[in-house]
Amino acid sequence: MDQTTLNFIVVGLSFALYFGIAIWARAGSTSEFYAANRGVNPVVNGMATAADWMSAASFISMAGLIAFVGYSNSTFLMGWTGGYVLMAMLLAPYLRKFGKYTVPEFVGDRYYSNAARVVAVICLIVISVTYVIGQMTGAGVAFSRFLEISSTAGLLTASAVVFVYAVLGGMKGITYTQVAQYVVLIIAYTIPAVFISLQLTGNPIPGLGLFSNMAEGQPGAGTPLLVTLDGLLTDLGFNEYTSGNTPFLMALFTLSLMIGTAGLPHVIIRFFTVPKVSDARWSAGWALVFIALLYLTAPAVGAMARLNITTQFWPEGVQGEAVSLETIQSDEAYNWMLTWEATGLLGWEDKNGDGRIQYYNENGAGMAELAAERGWAGNELTNFNRDILVLANPEIANLPGWVIALIAAGGIAAALSTAAGLLLAISSAISHDLIKSVINPNISEKGELLAARISMAGAIVLATYLGLNPPGFAAQVVALAFGLAAATLFPTLMMGIFSKRMNAQGATWGMIAGLAVTCLYLFTYLGWFFIPGTNMLANTADNWILGIPPTHFGPIGAVINFAVAYVVSNATAAPPQHIQDLVESVRIPRGAGAAVDH
Amino acid sequence: MAEKPDNNAYWAANIRLVTICLVIWAIASYGFAILLRPMLSGIAVGGTDLGFWFAQQGSILVFLVLIFFYAWRMNKIDKEHGVDEE
Repeated sequence: MDQTTLNFIVVGLSFALYFGIAIWARAGSTSEFYAANRGVNPVVNGMATAADWMSAASFISMAGLIAFVGYSNSTFLMGWTGGYVLMAMLLAPYLRKFGKYTVPEFVGDRYYSNAARVVAVICLIVISVTYVIGQMTGAGVAFSRFLEISSTAGLLTASAVVFVYAVLGGMKGITYTQVAQYVVLIIAYTIPAVFISLQLTGNPIPGLGLFSNMAEGQPGAGTPLLVTLDGLLTDLGFNEYTSGNTPFLMALFTLSLMIGTAGLPHVIIRFFTVPKVSDARWSAGWALVFIALLYLTAPAVGAMARLNITTQFWPEGVQGEAVSLETIQSDEAYNWMLTWEATGLLGWEDKNGDGRIQYYNENGAGMAELAAERGWAGNELTNFNRDILVLANPEIANLPGWVIALIAAGGIAAALSTAAGLLLAISSAISHDLIKSVINPNISEKGELLAARISMAGAIVLATYLGLNPPGFAAQVVALAFGLAAATLFPTLMMGIFSKRMNAQGATWGMIAGLAVTCLYLFTYLGWFFIPGTNMLANTADNWILGIPPTHFGPIGAVINFAVAYVVSNATAAPPQHIQDLVESVRIPRGAGAAVDH
Repeated sequence: MAEKPDNNAYWAANIRLVTICLVIWAIASYGFAILLRPMLSGIAVGGTDLGFWFAQQGSILVFLVLIFFYAWRMNKIDKEHGVDEE
């Protein structure tokens, strides 16, 4: 059986599973559609949250980001997990106690203001729509690579699948498909990692293998893996894997990702589905357990793939000859290079015409001299897309075909599960916060459920359109989503719980200030609405205020939000007594069950 | 409204616990893994130093322990103050 057929079978089976769950978990009421009737077990919700959270970026891109930079990109590992500590202690239990369905609903009710509610809806939609574009394109890429269909056809298939279970089942359908998707994606991610860790270090747990000695028969046997990797990389002019020299920026970026994570509405609403306040606390812990299974493995995947790739190009070691073109064409171990060259994500060129491919950093210190001495004419691995690292990993390590098929199903599962969660956040903000709360408060339960389904269908059509015609700024857009979540929703929600004195004016102006200043900072360096060429200043370190890159701006936006809210709130009247009582009740777990039916 | 003073004590206990947890959260990630890494460079772990381990493994494990500790401790505090869910 050829690989594509095998991929079709495994991906097809995973879809059959999702459809089966969709039919079983149809939503019959708005409570089921928005919050799965608050009947989700905290461990199950933890698993669904993990799938909701881990996107195409976590599954496909993160290990590559770490592999090619090393220590300095540990920020992604800490930032995308540390946010759960903030969520568990500062937001999730209290918002669950509040007992409503959406994030803007808390903002609107707590700040007794439809203006605040609408600003929160705008923030939510900007954050979630930008985020969902990446998921749709990610699913399209995974489909086209593994199933050999066009990425347009792939994207349309992905939309159709999400359409079935999200429109039919709402939060209930999404929750249980996310559980299935988590199982698929974590198996797909860890199996190749375990095999590779065993091969290189003899330790089956990748997170431990990363700090173990190289196994017998491997390059540098008996020395630690990281020492071997550092040695190889520095000999080739690259930076040491374990070093970095920008501690301030690392800390700032980590903080930006952490606060942004805690403020993402599609993750927060997952905690509305559990029965009790104490369940929301436990559930955040379980979510992090399931996330950590991937995040503790990712740095090992990155380092080991970097090591494997480097030794493949230098089979005799760095002092010996580089791999020959003939070997790449004929040796089975190099088949992955031919496969991926065909996709345009990998490319090489024998610049010095010696029949060998020299992979090194031509800009590294002392490399020009070394190249002259050894007759190299520049780095000959001319194109290496970081995203292929996880996808090609099983092929690089010569693992069997069914593992490759699993990676295909896993990549698609990661993209679909996150897309579904985002689409639910968008559609519930429209049907519940705009239609039910602002436009037509008298809408019936049945009418609202229909409105929720229509909003969901509309959101999917919009996401599909944007996925097919991605604005040229897809990469920057993720930074925008985290920066905005950090600067708008996180501070507003936190003050709503921890400050009784915070009033409507303070919260509204705080959100607007956070939103405006963050957008202004991003647009100044990345172009107005990310249109290339319209930026007012070049995006270089000399131009950044206090040396802060636009991607790291989230915490600054959050501080501005807090400060504006504090000043405006203190200059205006305190919130009415019933709002202060509301804050009091949100802080106390007792009575969460009664708050369900409202 | 007779419960009010009790609720204040409950909230103060919560704030104290959150503060302790977030200090540890910050020390493990911003501290050990990033800003204080040079201080820990003498402690070798698997071919590199403790700071690198914290950056790629340890901080995540600390986060996990913190959330479960918080959930367990808060459940006890809920009961002590009589505000737990029946």
